Amino acid sequence: MSNDMITIYIDDIAVEAKPGQTVLEAADAAGIYIPRLCYHKDLVPGGHCRVCTVKINGKPTNACTFPAQEGLVIENNTPEMVEARRQIIEFLFVEGNHICPYCEKAGNCELQALAYRLGMTAPTFPYMFPKIQVDATHPDVYIDRNRCVLCGRCVRASRDVDGKSVFGFEGRGINKRIVVNADHSLSETQLGAADKAAHICPTGSIVIKRVGYSIPYGKRDYDLEPIGSDIEKKRK
Amino acid sequence: MAADQKQTVKEIVQNFGKNRHRLMDMVREVQSRFGHVSNESAHVIADILGIPFVEVIDMVSFYSFLSRTLKGKSVVRLSKCIVDKMHGMDKVAAAFEKEVGVKFGNTSGDRSITLEYTPCIGMCDQVPALLVNGTVITNVTSKDVPEIVGRLRKGKKIGTQDTDSTRPDAQVELNLRKPGPVIFSPMDRGAAIRAALNMTPEEVITTVTNSRVRGRGGAGFPTGMKWNFCRKSKGEAHYVICNADEGEPGTFKDRVILTEVPDLVFEGMTVAGYAIGAKEGLFYLRGEYQYLYSYLHQVLAHRRHLGLLGRNIGGKEGFDFDIRIQMGAGAYVCGEESSLIESLEGKRGAPRDRPPFPVTKGFMNQPSSVNNVETYCCAARIMEKGADWFANIGTKDSSGTKLFSVSGDCKKPGVYELEFGITVDDLLQVVGGEDAQAVQVGGPSGNCIAPKDFGRKLCFEDLSTGGSVIVFGPKRDMLDVVREFTEFFIEESCGWCPPCRVGTSVMLGMLDKIITGKGSRKDLEELEKVCNTVKKMSRCGLGQTAPNPILTTMKNFPKLYSSLIKTEEYVPTFDWDKALADGIAIAGRKPVWEGEEL
Repeated sequence: MSNDMITIYIDDIAVEAKPGQTVLEAADAAGIYIPRLCYHKDLVPGGHCRVCTVKINGKPTNACTFPAQEGLVIENNTPEMVEARRQIIEFLFVEGNHICPYCEKAGNCELQALAYRLGMTAPTFPYMFPKIQVDATHPDVYIDRNRCVLCGRCVRASRDVDGKSVFGFEGRGINKRIVVNADHSLSETQLGAADKAAHICPTGSIVIKRVGYSIPYGKRDYDLEPIGSDIEKKRK
Repeated sequence: MAADQKQTVKEIVQNFGKNRHRLMDMVREVQSRFGHVSNESAHVIADILGIPFVEVIDMVSFYSFLSRTLKGKSVVRLSKCIVDKMHGMDKVAAAFEKEVGVKFGNTSGDRSITLEYTPCIGMCDQVPALLVNGTVITNVTSKDVPEIVGRLRKGKKIGTQDTDSTRPDAQVELNLRKPGPVIFSPMDRGAAIRAALNMTPEEVITTVTNSRVRGRGGAGFPTGMKWNFCRKSKGEAHYVICNADEGEPGTFKDRVILTEVPDLVFEGMTVAGYAIGAKEGLFYLRGEYQYLYSYLHQVLAHRRHLGLLGRNIGGKEGFDFDIRIQMGAGAYVCGEESSLIESLEGKRGAPRDRPPFPVTKGFMNQPSSVNNVETYCCAARIMEKGADWFANIGTKDSSGTKLFSVSGDCKKPGVYELEFGITVDDLLQVVGGEDAQAVQVGGPSGNCIAPKDFGRKLCFEDLSTGGSVIVFGPKRDMLDVVREFTEFFIEESCGWCPPCRVGTSVMLGMLDKIITGKGSRKDLEELEKVCNTVKKMSRCGLGQTAPNPILTTMKNFPKLYSSLIKTEEYVPTFDWDKALADGIAIAGRKPVWEGEEL
């Protein structure tokens, strides 16, 4: 019987799931968008950002790692969860130094797009203005940690897809940072411009050099439609 | 890096079998030999283990007792738990800064001494307390400081560092105020194991289940159920893990257990090993309790000698079990079971998402039962004296006794073994803290209660605690306490998820706005909202409980906050006059505000 489909209920909509699928995967397949930031379909889920937190049978749980099981009752697009997610996005904006109006990533930035989709206009918390290091030593790629949200996508991509482990974390708490697999800087690592890790950053923190602004503002992915629209189009 | 140093690091890695999951032991050793884990050392370790350099850095940079930059020969870590602060820590700190000539967070010019603060070190009943490298010194006064510093400068020993031959209470007071029937009654070494071996493993689990014993760390998960899940999970190996990482400020009960009845803990772990089918037990001891390490090591050796550990234990063919002590390195979050497992595997102590739970995929992805020190003691007694005996102590949903470590404003701080169900009032009488204005039950992650709730009971069905009880007398500034606790969580957040990593700092900023008299009603509402987001959205128990100091005092001491609230709709934190002061001085004239005449 293990190959039978499972039914879960997301905001009262019955969703079919395959055994082994996570709640997030099942929702995606059914065309229901659960907001997410650190998740990427090509990587193992990291459970970092908590943006995909839903209430599963009443308990807040992240959808990206939770296995679909028969009869789960899931609250996703409720005012309570939307507000909590928006506050997480606000936390990320005040934690770093973000420069949306002139950032190369604006319009393609998942953080910015989530802020729009979740109804954030400007952060309501004071900015922390941390002192952050920029690393532009690599010939083809630079890291601007000002815009890093510590989602760990580059860490997972480099380790699991590229097989290089160019990136890792350093420190803890509010002082946690992305570091590289070298004594000093990115130029000493094996990172290549074609690596998955160089192209998977959801914000403007890891950027490919010399291709900036090739698509003008106004014509970028999330300028055209809100984040999550591609998933919602699959809805029958 | 000198060739001989490189050689030493190589030998250290080899001594731990070049085993990736012993990385914690390797870097601890490197730290103690060289005063830091340099990039050069990290490269040597990474090369031999065949792992990326950044993986070593990731791990080392996480723990507060490990350092990438060179520390002094002696590292003085002054405990800055709220209870230390209540008993003169500031004076001791000032005396250290004067004697050493540097501020906390720095190393003396001659590299002899580094001064650091550290969160609660489990000595709240004998404060102020500090650690010097691994040694504990308690009841420190500012008058003691010149001598301590003088001896450290000369490289002389301090306290009784000679722990190899003495009981650890030579340097730390025991303060066992009230022994009870379960933990601190006389024990017959091996009796629990013999009783267990007369049963099948399933019968052992049934007995534990029937006793209704629940996890003593605070969460209260039924122990029998946990063991049963673990036994039934398929794996290449099963592991028994003991959580001796009591880091909740105000908790020091395990310290007393490990000093007074360590055999009982190991006995309980061995029983668990038999019950769930494990051959290996891992005992995770918090870095702050390094002074107990060699003593516990001796106890384990003696148990091997007696045939209570090792092969064919108690004469039972095929029942092999042994225990290894794993030292931690200063991280509160490692008290959370999945973080503890990550740490045991030699990684940063970041929690895992569940499911899978440790009982199915724990240490090395194998079924593991993580239990508290006190829980293993209970399990051993249940074997010895029976499930009914145990179930008849305490209350319906909280059987047995509980150890309370009581500190703060009371006459008799220390450890009390009392039946579950005792009221806060009764406990305050026993400890001499009757004039309390507030009691922190379960540490910062627990509940701060007011006198109106002192009639409530300490048990899982009412006020739950892993053991920490901090008493606050009538003169204490409770907002200062709340602030201190919130800072503690900021410092101990692992940083994995933004609700906890960032949210805790945001909470503190908002709290400070209110404390400094700039908060409006709206600020109070916003603070509560942020607290609830952190509680709801955080990945693990640390973040989920970090807002409790604020939320529980808002609920139980509303006047603390309302008395500071301004009537205006909004009070800015930004001070125009201050910000413009320099410009005004330079321009030599005052600005003209909107609506004012030129």
